[in-house]
Amino acid sequence: MEDKPHISLKADKIFEIFDFPITNSILAVLIVLIIFLLLAVNYFFESKKQPNKRSNIYYLFNFILKSLYKFFYSVLGEETIKYFPVLASFFLFILLQNWFWLLPGVGSILIKIVGHHEEHHLVPLLRGGTADLNTTLALGFLSVMISNIISIRALGFKNYVARFYRIKEPISFFIGTLEIVSEFSKMISFSFRLFGNIFAGEVLLGVIAFLIPLLVSFPFLILELFVGFIQALVFTMLTCVFISLGISKNH
Amino acid sequence: MIKTIMVGLTIVLGSIFPALTIGKIGAQAMESIGRNPEAESGIRTTMILAIAFAEAIAIYALVVALIIKFV
Repeated sequence: MEDKPHISLKADKIFEIFDFPITNSILAVLIVLIIFLLLAVNYFFESKKQPNKRSNIYYLFNFILKSLYKFFYSVLGEETIKYFPVLASFFLFILLQNWFWLLPGVGSILIKIVGHHEEHHLVPLLRGGTADLNTTLALGFLSVMISNIISIRALGFKNYVARFYRIKEPISFFIGTLEIVSEFSKMISFSFRLFGNIFAGEVLLGVIAFLIPLLVSFPFLILELFVGFIQALVFTMLTCVFISLGISKNH
Repeated sequence: MIKTIMVGLTIVLGSIFPALTIGKIGAQAMESIGRNPEAESGIRTTMILAIAFAEAIAIYALVVALIIKFV
């Protein structure tokens, strides 16, 4: 048989800028970020125009944002408007990153790089952003930090510490430590859930396309669209629930 | 060869309990929708959340299997 499909857990380094390695995942995340920024700026300028001159993309985004708002309203209630920018940004960013690697050309355009001992091997030029553990770890870390800081800001520092440690109940020393450990385990669980789903999807599509090159990849592509959407939704929904737990006053 | 066997065993054993749990969550959700059809959208959202938590355990097993195979 010929070579195996190129599957590697670690993103391969393409080039270096002043000794900082740029991998193919970083490149893909940057490209999706620029696309996202262009869409957001376009939306902003379209919203300033007259209502009969706006393009259709504006109404599509309106529909998406309103659906998201209704979705978060069922959990957060009246405070949704304060936390909606963070949650919607998480959702749209993760959704675009999850769907980017399904485009033709991502993962299949190979370039030749030189290894340590002067051997050449071919690596993909672009790779899905969330298929790299670095991106998902950063997103999980951000999510837990943001929900804790929102909790401090809404409740005040004393009430925030009272969530974990209370002087009047001695058993809260053990339970408080367990809660702190569970905050860290939330970080790990967020990042591994997203990483595992997307990376397993990459491996699945690579192996299926390698075995039967013709039409069989199509249902798996639809499955990956669906999985990417659900994972973005679950990430944002969990962040929303943790924020709402953090700002609730009765304990 | 032991490595290949262990890769297979990891994902097989790691998916049994999440599969059973997801089935149980779905069954309970459907029964509670049948009892109280008005709260359907709230139940559906909570069900999806609980299924995502349970599926994450199977994903951990999958990640370990992939690490054993490819690293």
